[in-house]
Amino acid sequence: MSAEKFQNPVVRWIDHRLPIFSMLDHEKYDYPVPKNLNYMWNFGVLAGLSLAIMIITGIVLAMSYTAHVDYAFEAVERIMRDVNHGWMIRYIHMNAASFFFIVVYIHIFRGLYYGSYKAPRELLWILGVVIFLLMMATAFMGYVLPWGQMSFWGATVITNLFSAIPVVGDSIVTLLWGGFSVDNPTLNRFFSLHYLMPFVIAGVVVLHIIALHRFGSNNPIGIDASGPQDTISFHPYYTMKDMVGIAVFLLLLAIAVFFFPNAMGHPDNYIPANPLQTPAHIVPEWYFLPFYAILRAVPDKLGGVLLMFGAIAVLFVLPWLDRSPVRSARFRPLFRIFFWLLLIDAVALGYLGGKPAEGIYVVLSRIATAWYFLHFLVILPLLSVFETTKPLPKSISEPVLSRSKSANAPLGAGLEPAE
Amino acid sequence: MAKSDIKKTTASKRPEDPGRRDFIVIATNAMAGLGAAAVAWPLIDQMNPAADTLALANIEVDVSKIAEGQSITVKWRGKPVFIRHRTEDEIARASATDMSDLRDPESDQARAEKADYLVLVGVCTHLGCVPLGQKTGEVRGEYDGWFCPCHGSHYDTSGRIRKGPAPTNLEVPPYTFLSDSVIRIG
Repeated sequence: MSAEKFQNPVVRWIDHRLPIFSMLDHEKYDYPVPKNLNYMWNFGVLAGLSLAIMIITGIVLAMSYTAHVDYAFEAVERIMRDVNHGWMIRYIHMNAASFFFIVVYIHIFRGLYYGSYKAPRELLWILGVVIFLLMMATAFMGYVLPWGQMSFWGATVITNLFSAIPVVGDSIVTLLWGGFSVDNPTLNRFFSLHYLMPFVIAGVVVLHIIALHRFGSNNPIGIDASGPQDTISFHPYYTMKDMVGIAVFLLLLAIAVFFFPNAMGHPDNYIPANPLQTPAHIVPEWYFLPFYAILRAVPDKLGGVLLMFGAIAVLFVLPWLDRSPVRSARFRPLFRIFFWLLLIDAVALGYLGGKPAEGIYVVLSRIATAWYFLHFLVILPLLSVFETTKPLPKSISEPVLSRSKSANAPLGAGLEPAE
Repeated sequence: MAKSDIKKTTASKRPEDPGRRDFIVIATNAMAGLGAAAVAWPLIDQMNPAADTLALANIEVDVSKIAEGQSITVKWRGKPVFIRHRTEDEIARASATDMSDLRDPESDQARAEKADYLVLVGVCTHLGCVPLGQKTGEVRGEYDGWFCPCHGSHYDTSGRIRKGPAPTNLEVPPYTFLSDSVIRIG
C-alpha cells in the first residue's frame, strides 16, 4: 500500500504522514460486504446519522439553554419564539430523538430476525445493547431539561425506581437528586450528563463498528461469504443503497418536524414543572412504553424494577440462549413464527404501557410480559434443540445463480434481488 | 503501478462516455453541497441576536440632570455609552481643532447634534477596552477627553483619536433628542 494511489499531491503528502485517507479508502473499497444485503441493512447507517443529527442540534440548543429551575422552561420557550430558527432546531432535536429510537428498534429486530447476534458477532451485539442502554439514559435526561410537568414527574418516577433497591435504595435516590426531591441540583447534573453521554455513545459506536468490521456484516441468508464472488465493495454499491434510505429517512423526519412536530410528545410538558401537583396521567416518552408496561405489570415494587431491567439484561445473554447454528430466520420455520409473535408482543407492551394501569390493561400487560420472558428464556433454548431447519445454500451466490440457470434465463436476469 | 490502473473515479471505468458521467457526478455533488449549506445556515444563524435581544436595542435617557462638566455612563446593547455635558471651554477647543491634526478627520459639529451634549460609545476603537475620563479625578489623557489605559490611546473633548494605537474616533451611536432633556439611543 503506497501513498501513490492518490493523485492529489496534498492528499498524498498528508497521507504519507497521517494515513487517514488510506484508512478511509480501505473502508470504502477494500472492505468486503455481502452482496445480498437488503434494505434492513440501512438502519445501522441511519442510526449513526440520527446520532450525528442529535449531537449537532443538541450543541446548538445548549447555546441558548439555561440549566436552572427558574429559567429552564423559559429558555426553551425563548428558543421556540426568539432564537433564529430555534423552533426548527428544537423540533428537529425532539423528533430526531424519536426517529433515532424507531431506527434502533428496527435495527435490533433486524438483528433478531437474521440472527446477527450469533457467533462470532456476540460482542458486536452486546456493544449494541450497551448503546441502546446509553441511549435510553440520554433520552431520559434530555426529556427532563425543558422542565415541564412531564419532565419533572418523569424524573421523579424514574429516579424513584432506584428506591426499590433494598437497604441502600433511598440513599441512592438522594444521591441522584442531590437533595430530597428532584430540584435544581438534579437539573444541573442531568444537563451535564445529557451533554456528555452522546459522546460516550459515539465512542461505543466506534467499538461497535470495529467489532462489525472484524467479520463483516451478516446477511439475509445468514451464511458467511465464501469468497470474493460473494462480496462487493462498500463504495459505491452500499453508499448508494444507504443514500436511498437516508433520503427516505430525512423526508419522513422533515414531514414530522414541519407538519406534526408534537405528535410524538406530550402536551403536559408545555406546562411548567410544579413540584406540588402531579399530572393525572403520566406516561414516559413512547419509546420507553414497552418497558414501562413491564414495570407496571408486576404488583411488587422491587419485582417490577427487576423485571424491567431484566427485559434488557436478557438481550445481553441472547447469543447464549439461542444456540441454533442457523442464523437467518429464513431457514428456521418455527423461529420465524415466534419472531413475529415477539414483535407483536413488544408492540402490544408499547400500547399497554401508554394505557392507564387498571382493569383489562393490567391483565394483558401481565400476559405480554410473561410472553416476552418466555420467548427468550424458554422458547429460544428449546427451539435450538428441537427445531428442524431448512437446508442452507452452499454460498451467497448459489440461490440466485441456480434459479437463473433453472429458468434458462440470460445471465443478467439472475442479478435481480433474491427477495 | 500506472496511475490509470488505480484511478477510482467512475469516469475512468467508463471510457466510452466520460463527459456524461462526470457531469452527473459533479451535478450530484453540487446538489449535495447546496443541501449541506442550506442545512448549515440555520445552525449558524441561530447564533445571531435573537428577537428578544434585538427588541432591547434602544434606550431613553434624561440628560437634564447632568451638570455642566460632568458625565454619565449608561448601558446600551451591553456596551457603555458616555454622555458628557461639555463646558464652553471644551466645546471651543473641540471646534477649534485643525482638521489636519486629526487621524480620523471629523468636525465637532458633525459629532454632536447639540454641542452641549456629547454622546459616545465608550469603547476604545483599538481593542475594545473602556477608556477612562468619565469620573472626576480619572486620567483624561493629553487632550483632556478620554484616555484608554489598555494601550494608551488619547481622545480629545470631541472623542476623537489624537494619540496612541486606536485607528478611529470613538463611535457616535445613533440617537435623537425626543425633547430638550430626553434622548433616545438606538
